[in-house]
Amino acid sequence: MREITLSQAVNEALAEEMRRDPSVFILGEDVAEAGTPFKVLSGLVEEFGTDRVVDTPISEPGFVGMAVGAAMTGARPVVDLMFGDFIYLVMDQLCNQAAKQHYMSGGKLTVPMVLRTNLGATRRSAAQHSQSLQALVAHIPGLKVALPSSAYEAKGLMKTAIRDNNPVVIFEDKLMYQDKAPVPEEEYLIPFGEANVKREGRDITLIATSSMVQVAEKAAEMLASEGIDAEVIDPRTIVPLDEATLLDSVKKTSRAIVIDEGHQSYGVTAEIASRLNEKAFYHLDAPVLRMGAMDVPVPFSPALEDLTVPTPEAVVENARKLCAGEMIHAA
Amino acid sequence: MAKAKTNTEDYLRMYRQMVRIRTFEDNANQLYLSAKMPGLTHMYSGEEAVAVGICEALTDDDRITSTHRGHGHCVAKGAEFKEMFCELLGKAEGYCRGKGGSMHIADQSHGNLGANAIVGGSMGIATGSALRAKLMGKDDVTVCFFGDGATAQGLMYEVMNMAALWNLPVIYACENNGYSEYTKTEEIAAGSITARAEAFGIEAHTVDGQDVLAVNELTQKLVARARKGEGPFFMELMTYRYHGHHVGDINREYYRSKDEEKDWKDNRDPIIRFRAFLVSEGIATEEEIEAMNAEIEKNATEAVAYAEQAPYPPANEVDMHVYAD
Ligand SMILES: Cc1ncc(C[n+]2csc(CCOP(=O)(O)OP(=O)(O)O)c2C)c(N)n1
Ligand SMILES: [Mg+2]
Repeated sequence: MREITLSQAVNEALAEEMRRDPSVFILGEDVAEAGTPFKVLSGLVEEFGTDRVVDTPISEPGFVGMAVGAAMTGARPVVDLMFGDFIYLVMDQLCNQAAKQHYMSGGKLTVPMVLRTNLGATRRSAAQHSQSLQALVAHIPGLKVALPSSAYEAKGLMKTAIRDNNPVVIFEDKLMYQDKAPVPEEEYLIPFGEANVKREGRDITLIATSSMVQVAEKAAEMLASEGIDAEVIDPRTIVPLDEATLLDSVKKTSRAIVIDEGHQSYGVTAEIASRLNEKAFYHLDAPVLRMGAMDVPVPFSPALEDLTVPTPEAVVENARKLCAGEMIHAA
Repeated sequence: MAKAKTNTEDYLRMYRQMVRIRTFEDNANQLYLSAKMPGLTHMYSGEEAVAVGICEALTDDDRITSTHRGHGHCVAKGAEFKEMFCELLGKAEGYCRGKGGSMHIADQSHGNLGANAIVGGSMGIATGSALRAKLMGKDDVTVCFFGDGATAQGLMYEVMNMAALWNLPVIYACENNGYSEYTKTEEIAAGSITARAEAFGIEAHTVDGQDVLAVNELTQKLVARARKGEGPFFMELMTYRYHGHHVGDINREYYRSKDEEKDWKDNRDPIIRFRAFLVSEGIATEEEIEAMNAEIEKNATEAVAYAEQAPYPPANEVDMHVYAD
């Protein structure tokens, strides 16, 4: 199969959906001629023109609010939010407006919009350009949240997001834009709420999102050489969450570590871990562990920044302990 | 050129500070190009007269808030090369102990409240600093630096309204360099920028941001009036950035022509203009100026060498400073 970058995959998904459905348009800063600072949207304005690839001023709450209004009245906007960190600026439009219209109207209004943005540290971009804020929006009923872990997922999830009748937030890993993966030429969609078992194993389940899937896969390889057989699962969407696949796996392995690049406290890992505890308690041989980013603003210095994110080595160490029964009475 | 400061020493200091900024940026760019600097950085080259003209009208008690393009403000408000280069390289002796980097660089001891990686993100902070001055009976003034692109942020209009209602000692300094990232200002700003401030009853001025004396003269007047409770004020400073949006923005002809860049550099450079003024007024000779430039270059080279050797912060600092004691 041909291989393309995550950036190309997103670009293709948008182009295909824009050809298919004239109500789809893109809105954001430097999305047209510049094709965004990451060059993800290069070429789209040439094909679709400035009426469908719309450059905005630096007015995030304004253009996200306008996307909500456009979506409520028949369009399918895809908003480009340059950095995931800027989600704080648009929280009211996203969480009070987009997320609640359908419910507040008793099901009469819909907001079929996509907010595409990114996550991920270790790019030396410091505290305001490095955060992974998926937990913030996953907390809000009415918003769906997709976390693609490769070019393949990025394309399939984007196409599904655009066709979904709800506001969907997609976080791409900004360090992965140039990473290639096999992506079919033929059209495909990835349904929401379907986890992907990346690797089967018997001894421990590593549930990892987005940027952390590669970390989990590396850890699984390292564990294999020590005789520990790890299963790696990528939920792909955290809202909705494919609980059944996660539970089946944990019932089989009886141990789990949940890994996500958001801050560990009150995060995605906490939510998934507690669901496993609630629903698979009698199958567990060890507490479900959470591994998230350290609870600190992301520091600039490479010497510090690299300490803040989960690494394959740290996953291996935790997995080893869980499998050896060392963490059962961990304080 | 307008004449503001009449004191020779002040003129020379302004020249020196502008050259220090340009030299700092040239070295920072070199660090990036030689892959010695982590991440990206936004160069202030070309805009020196703005930061220097304004900061030379302030005291250490006066505050500023800075932007993602913040090295110039940092130098102009009194920072040293050594700690700045250390910060740029993420070293422990940097102004922010390596935690901030280029986009958060600041020497807080001279009243710099910080560079900010959120466009428009410091407008509340600057106006809040001015509110504090008023409520606590202090006569310091706060200058809020921001770009033309930042005028698209709604926060600006909320805080300008309150600043005007309450006569706060804040000066909004809009550095209009003609571009917001890869987009021309006229494509993202409707109407006139100064008229927006005027709508709140804020006195607004447009000034040639490549003329350090014009900037300084205007700022001195506005600062004096702001101290007396006549603020807020708004300044639009017409200027130009010589580099790309950031150091990695090299092929940029699709949004900005080489001819345009050349015209600003050749015909309106703030340092060349001021140097010619200093010589023609007999304030400094060409030789004295060359000596000053060489000394600044030497300082920068030494500071870079120092920063390259300096240690990174120890691992235990990673979760230090999340909360204050
Ligand atoms: C809230 C927010 N939106 C977008 C960005 C990305 N961004 C960084 S600088 C910039 C352009 C700023 O233009 P301007 O205010 O004119 O400042 P200049 O870079 O020209 O100095 C943009 C869009 C950001 N950092 N923060
Ligand atoms: Mg600008």
